[in-house]
Amino acid sequence: MSNNNVECLECGADIRVPNNVMQGEILKCGDCGIELEVTELNPLTIDLAPMEMEDWGE
Amino acid sequence: MSARIGILCSRVRIEEKLLFAAFDELGINPVRLDEREMIARVGEFAPEVDVVLERSISTSAGLVAAQLLEAAHIPVINSYATASTCADKIRTTIALAQRGVPQPITEVAMSAESALAAIEQMGYPVVLKPTIGSWGRLLARINDRDAAEAILEHKETLGGVSHQIYYIQEYIEKPARDIRAFVIGTETICTIYRNSPHWITNTARGGKASNCPITDDIAEICQNAALAVSGGQGGILAIDLLEDPERGLLVCEVNHTMEFRNSIDTTGVNIPLRMAQFVLNSVEVVR
Repeated sequence: MSNNNVECLECGADIRVPNNVMQGEILKCGDCGIELEVTELNPLTIDLAPMEMEDWGE
Repeated sequence: MSARIGILCSRVRIEEKLLFAAFDELGINPVRLDEREMIARVGEFAPEVDVVLERSISTSAGLVAAQLLEAAHIPVINSYATASTCADKIRTTIALAQRGVPQPITEVAMSAESALAAIEQMGYPVVLKPTIGSWGRLLARINDRDAAEAILEHKETLGGVSHQIYYIQEYIEKPARDIRAFVIGTETICTIYRNSPHWITNTARGGKASNCPITDDIAEICQNAALAVSGGQGGILAIDLLEDPERGLLVCEVNHTMEFRNSIDTTGVNIPLRMAQFVLNSVEVVR
């Protein structure tokens, strides 16, 4: 796993993190499809992203 | 001193990244306000910003944050009044009606029995929508009485209190598309068709975007709709239009935290930059 990558919390797959990643950004695991939220940049920390709520949207 | 811009958001979508980049292009480094981390003692809450662009993915949290910010005399785009009108389809419909903006015939009922009576009176098909909701969630096209009874029973039995308010619209026999107009202030800056063989054309549900020329009719109805939902102030709004074969353009809904990722390349308009410029200009006007 490279320094710019994180390990999927669900399936352990390697997920590429873009260089301009922002706190609050969502990463999607290409293997299992789960969404992960970047909760901190330094150190790079991820958590399972919140599930879609009824009032989410535009 | 350069303007202190706040962007209220929790989840950072492609749109928020583009907005941060747009402000950066204008030489502004916005302050990010995450509503999940916000602790606001009422009366003392005062983040050090001149204006806040509200981009919360949560309608409820965005509305509460807007109220708290405005209570601290911090302007919010869109304002709480505008956002709360757009967030609630009944309020949107009332605002549009008060200004005479063309829209589908709409009935509101507060019991399943009266909803069924309203549907029967309107005639099939009809569309049932939650009063608060987005991305095409929980929309139902009801083609006959059997479907009406089933859906109303489900809503009555399984839904929360907000689903006991029934928002019923005539079904518009539109072409396999609708129109989304992006409005800054009261100016329509670009429009797309959202093409789909399905009657729900939201891009979140698979609708494909293509460029739509801005006609005089589109510009006029969007200006009126923007004025209607904003108390005459305008805002940053996405207005969805239906093409009725006989009546022409009808306003279907107005969105106050618009998504635009599929519409920049499609229209050739730098939507996030136009939004950022509008926010920045609002600070200059206040000063």
